[in-house]
Amino acid sequence: MRDAGTGPYRAIFAARFLMMLQYRAAALAGIATQFWFGGIMVMALSAFYTEGGGSASITRAEAITYIWLGQAFLGLLPWNVDPEIAVMMRTGNVAYERLRPVDTYFYWFARAMAWRTAATLLRAIPLLLVTSVVFDWVGLGAWSLQPPQSGTALALFLLSMVAVVLLSSALTTLLNISVVWTISGQGINVFTNSLVLILSGMVIPLPLFPDWAHLMLLLQPLAGLVDIPYRIYFAHLSGAEAIAGIALQIFWTMLFIGLGHLCMTRTMRRIQIQGG
Amino acid sequence: MPQIAVQDLSKTYRVAERRRGLIGAGRGLFSRTHRAVEALKGVSFGLDRGELVGIIGPNGAGKSTLIKILCGILMPSSGHCEVDGLVPWDQRIRHVARIGVVFGQRTQLWWDLPVIDSFELLRDIYRVPEVSFRATAETLISLLRIDQLLHRPVRQLSLGQRMRCDIAAALLHSPSILFLDEPTIGLDANSKLALRDFIKHLNRHNGVTVILATHDMQDIGALAERVLIIGHGRILRDGSIAAMRADTPGQRRLVIDFSEDVGDITVEGATVLSRTGRRVAFAFDSRVTAAHTLIGRLTADHDIAELSIEEPTIEELIADFYASHGAVEA
Repeated sequence: MRDAGTGPYRAIFAARFLMMLQYRAAALAGIATQFWFGGIMVMALSAFYTEGGGSASITRAEAITYIWLGQAFLGLLPWNVDPEIAVMMRTGNVAYERLRPVDTYFYWFARAMAWRTAATLLRAIPLLLVTSVVFDWVGLGAWSLQPPQSGTALALFLLSMVAVVLLSSALTTLLNISVVWTISGQGINVFTNSLVLILSGMVIPLPLFPDWAHLMLLLQPLAGLVDIPYRIYFAHLSGAEAIAGIALQIFWTMLFIGLGHLCMTRTMRRIQIQGG
Repeated sequence: MPQIAVQDLSKTYRVAERRRGLIGAGRGLFSRTHRAVEALKGVSFGLDRGELVGIIGPNGAGKSTLIKILCGILMPSSGHCEVDGLVPWDQRIRHVARIGVVFGQRTQLWWDLPVIDSFELLRDIYRVPEVSFRATAETLISLLRIDQLLHRPVRQLSLGQRMRCDIAAALLHSPSILFLDEPTIGLDANSKLALRDFIKHLNRHNGVTVILATHDMQDIGALAERVLIIGHGRILRDGSIAAMRADTPGQRRLVIDFSEDVGDITVEGATVLSRTGRRVAFAFDSRVTAAHTLIGRLTADHDIAELSIEEPTIEELIADFYASHGAVEA
């Protein structure tokens, strides 16, 4: 059944978002971690560019930008299960979720979206500011985040980032639903963690993989989390290609929303809530 | 047409069994044995609007399963059920908008949020218009005396305070049916009394249908005109406590404080239930032996300081009933 109005979903989004913003200590720790790992990855990549003989499909400055963007938006990666959902499953409080007069899938989708975006917002802003502006001031210009290729590239990049949020929320919700079967989210986290980091391009930018793998890597769903928007950012994908990239992101998002909705319906029909 | 119509409802759970020890765990990786647990076996009853019904039964009898099916959270294995013309699990979204549910052992409030924030979130989730939300919340806040608690995070509340807030939360959208699953569990005497008064008020004055599952027989005695006793997944009895008492007429208890030590006293027409110091409790059937006859026999040989005659308590009635129907948890 389709609900009229999005009031309840907006409400749960806002509530979760505001609650997440309270975790300032976690955000500070996150920023420190991201600078550290970003720094190491930037230096390692630079070494490859200096020492390596072959020609790469993106320039050194672009690769560095790719890394910093990745670190800034790391929080958007759907690599783990929402601990709140895992606790709910363990305690049986998931019963109350089913007592809400809303579509449980979209209710969880809104919750996942709030969780991912709030965690990202707190980290992304300082990281982007420091790597783009402060690095230049203190003479680290060679390591800094480059501005987008053009105004059009920026606009398309922002559009693509909206698609990232939706794709990531759809994948996160799918992970959350799987907890109904496994009870603990630990096992899934271990598995998805490395899969998402590598296939999204977070560890090594996808354009730096061997040429024969490029098309496959671009078409698989996880490229839509990191690779597509960042290549739009420095106009590696522009015009029709950029639009196609965003369309691909939306295609995967719709597919995962459909799949998630189906899984939720099936799962809830077979759920067993004991005790109480 | 009853508000709630339940017909031949059954629910079977499939439970995976773990084998013992390390070898068992290893084998469990490859093959699992499943056991079917029949939580409900053909339950039928009807409930009219404005009724207040108690559901009791030993642990594991199927009370919670029944409530969860009626709420739309669980799907039965077979059978049919309609609440206000809706099938709870098929038309869940419309159904749950009209019911309120309190699980005494859980909370539906957001742990880290002040109570009032949880209320406002529920207002949005249930799409309650602001005007009616204000009126309802105001009434509930004063009836449940929670105005001092509204700005405290839920995690800082005592169990009694939390329960009052949880009940208010379940009623913000003015449901026509309220499901209560052990609402008084762990509460102190005052909190229990206040809560019972509130539930009674809600039922009598607002006409809310109340379904109360509990182990607390005082809850039942104070509130429920009608009681469903469930055991082994079946309804063993459907009626009032007064009718149950009428089924076991004449069961009385005579408690006497003797002025002297009476040793192993026995008397014709009664059996000794317990003996503590000079106090002796006798059980007798008032239809066979009249109380004054029994007292006469006892005073003939002994001096009596004090005596009282009691009817069996609801607890005793129910415990006897469970025992005579074999409805004791395995």
